[in-house]
Amino acid sequence: MRLFLLLFLAMAAWAEVPSGLAIRNAKVVTVSSGTLPKATVLIRDGLIEAVGPDLNVPADSWVIEGEGLTVYPGLVDALSTLGQDGPRQNAPSAATQPAPPARGPEDRPRTFSWERIADKLRATDPRVESARSQGFTSAATFPLAGIFAGQGAIMNLGDARPSRLIVLSPAGQYVSFVIGGGGGRGFPSSLMGVFAYIRQIYLDLDHYKQAKAAYDRDPKGRTRPEYDRALEGLAESPRLLFPAVSLGEIDRVTRFAKELNVPAVLFGLHEGYRAPEILKASGLPVLVSTKWPTRAPDADPEQVESARALETRAKAASTPGILAKNGIKFAFYSDGQSASDMLRGVKKAMQMGLPEADALRALTLAPAEIFGVADRMGSIEKGKIANLVVTRGDLLSDRPRIEYIIVDGIKYLPPPPPATPAAKESTR
Amino acid sequence: MKNLMLLLAPALLAQEATVIQNATVYTATKPAFVGSVAFSGGKITAVGDKLIVPPGAKVIDGSGLHVSPGIIDSHSHIAVQGFGVNEGSVSVSSMVQIKDVLDAEDVAIYRALAGGVTTANILHGSANAIGGNNQLIKMRWGKTAGELLMDGGTNSIKFALGENPKRQGNTPAPGGVPRYPATRMGVEDVYRQAFTEARVYQKKVADFKAGKSPLAPRRDLKLEALVEVLEGKRLVHCHAYRSDEMLMMMRVAEEFGFRLATFQHVQEGYKVAKEMVRHGVAGAGFSDWWSYKMEVADGIPYNMAIMTKKGVLAGVNSDDAGLMRRLNTEAAKAIRYGGLTEDQALALVTINPAKHMKVDHLIGSIEPGKSADLVIWNKPPLSTYAVPQKVYIDGTLYFERDKDLSERGRRAAAKKALEDQLKLDAPGQQKKGAPPSRRDQSGEESAQ
Repeated sequence: MRLFLLLFLAMAAWAEVPSGLAIRNAKVVTVSSGTLPKATVLIRDGLIEAVGPDLNVPADSWVIEGEGLTVYPGLVDALSTLGQDGPRQNAPSAATQPAPPARGPEDRPRTFSWERIADKLRATDPRVESARSQGFTSAATFPLAGIFAGQGAIMNLGDARPSRLIVLSPAGQYVSFVIGGGGGRGFPSSLMGVFAYIRQIYLDLDHYKQAKAAYDRDPKGRTRPEYDRALEGLAESPRLLFPAVSLGEIDRVTRFAKELNVPAVLFGLHEGYRAPEILKASGLPVLVSTKWPTRAPDADPEQVESARALETRAKAASTPGILAKNGIKFAFYSDGQSASDMLRGVKKAMQMGLPEADALRALTLAPAEIFGVADRMGSIEKGKIANLVVTRGDLLSDRPRIEYIIVDGIKYLPPPPPATPAAKESTR
Repeated sequence: MKNLMLLLAPALLAQEATVIQNATVYTATKPAFVGSVAFSGGKITAVGDKLIVPPGAKVIDGSGLHVSPGIIDSHSHIAVQGFGVNEGSVSVSSMVQIKDVLDAEDVAIYRALAGGVTTANILHGSANAIGGNNQLIKMRWGKTAGELLMDGGTNSIKFALGENPKRQGNTPAPGGVPRYPATRMGVEDVYRQAFTEARVYQKKVADFKAGKSPLAPRRDLKLEALVEVLEGKRLVHCHAYRSDEMLMMMRVAEEFGFRLATFQHVQEGYKVAKEMVRHGVAGAGFSDWWSYKMEVADGIPYNMAIMTKKGVLAGVNSDDAGLMRRLNTEAAKAIRYGGLTEDQALALVTINPAKHMKVDHLIGSIEPGKSADLVIWNKPPLSTYAVPQKVYIDGTLYFERDKDLSERGRRAAAKKALEDQLKLDAPGQQKKGAPPSRRDQSGEESAQ
């Protein structure tokens, strides 16, 4: 074990030995400013030092001859649980007493808004390597359990220790509309209860800020306001991620986000193809799940499905194309799928009308813009983080051949294709 | 006079004006007559036996047909999404709103529309003494949830008495905690506690507004709704079966200085009609549906007629997606049981529920200025044979029976096409590139 660790450190050190890396005379798809048919990308200290035709390659750089290769920005999974090893448990452990049922919003039911996933990431999640080998260099990783599940982070998918991989934290607050279960198990027991709770906690936050400000101005003779970690967590959330899959949910959540007056991002969006006007009017960015709806494998064969359910299944994958046509900002996310299944989902959307350039953007620059990190990642630009994928042929073609993946300037090779590793991956 | 009004209607509106001619018109406030109804810009513009048709207006020949106001259901739970219509975890859930969870794609909306219903009050359930806030909607099938909300609709809250709010106390799920109250006495106590709290909150807010405290009090959505009740800004629709509980509820309301809008179900309303009139509360319930549990044993079909004759503003409602589709015949039962007139019976499902919800200046009858919510029937609306042919909401045609019937084939074909398409897609997805087998095509793969 120790030997392995030493080897691992040695390899990481080895990878950093050359102070520069250059990909010479390759086709460069920058995403932010078009495609350069023959250009050189210089990488130094984990950053893109320069991009352009006819650059001089510094003498201390390792050189990749780019003839016949294409360089893309690394792909981004806009919502995942990568780096979180094992199932995430917000619930108290079996050793402690379960919390008493909440009697109202003031008991902060199912709220973990102050927790940061960045503090809990581990280097041992094997999904990181398999996502990277498909061309993914970054992911938004979020806790998923709770009405307010906690703060997500943007991480690079390298193999350094997690603290070196974090690009942004907190990246946003994950919201889900889950209930207490009813039957004496506490508030809320209905969807309207969840909405009432969220509305109330934002009113509480307003009041909390006012009370704290008043106390700070003049603490003498005043009772100090009680510290509330749930509100502290909300106050530092740069944006809220709301689930919205169906037309009704999209309509409901866009109106709710407007009412709360919080920066919001919707995720899900399988009926987004029905809602371009609503989304356009809201101006909210969205994350589209590539896990297109299918009939459950154990569905009752006798069950008659509604025309609506059938239509959603047939047309969900047309959503990205319709969003692109309407100028709605969107990114893709894996929704629990493996990276290869996610890319298969993206290709299905391309078959149903999504232009390749828009698909690529939704996997690179768009998620960076949505999470407010487009100034440091998401495209091939001077000064940005050197997260790249180098392929032979088109990345989004049916059989992409990935030659190198570069994360934070460190070069990785995809695992060799033969059967054994594939079998290993599928057991995950 | 009416003709004059029509002539004065702006020319712009005249373009979209519609006139239904030669129909039997049931206005719900005046006796029926054969004549015309004109509407334009979403409002009824004129009603009379002879109207001048403005140039460019669409004319519908109503010969042999019958026109009534859209039916109003003052007690419905359709079109609600998300783990039921109750926030039953607490005894006072006045912070929740039905408005947040409307489902515009619930087919019950279309079915109600096909039964002539144009407006419904979607109520919170009756699991707790003080339930959530209700929502008035119009049956605008095909629109989004936000577009269902009735413009100018009043706000209201659900209360509940008896078995439902108390029985929750005794049936916690495994790991749950019993909810207070467990008795009818406890239900009364919940009201007193809640409104006492609300008064304290009301005073805090008033003190802040009067400059007596520097920091605004924490806004509390639960208490805000109750303060609105105290201040008469939010109507109370109270689920009630037994007369003793209705008397209790009226006493508590009077103690705290507010008036109840309606008792819902009001099965024993005939026993306390005088007291109800004195308090000023209306009664809205079923025509002949009772004894489905012990506390409803004293229900009688004469209830509506007795209450009406004693001066209670009575109305018939559904509480059920099925019953909702034939509220016209539910109202007609009050003619058979208790001898109401036809006009009185029609009022039970039109103008009276509009008054219950304080929206009778907008809907509930065929009068100039009101919303053009109209139903064209093939037979008199109270007839067992009456079937809505066309239903208008705010002057827009939302249901047309002929069109529904003629489009059924096309809809079925479209669905079949989707099924076929999905069957073709499925094998390719699951078995990369393998030619579809016979079994795949017959759609039985999922059964394996």
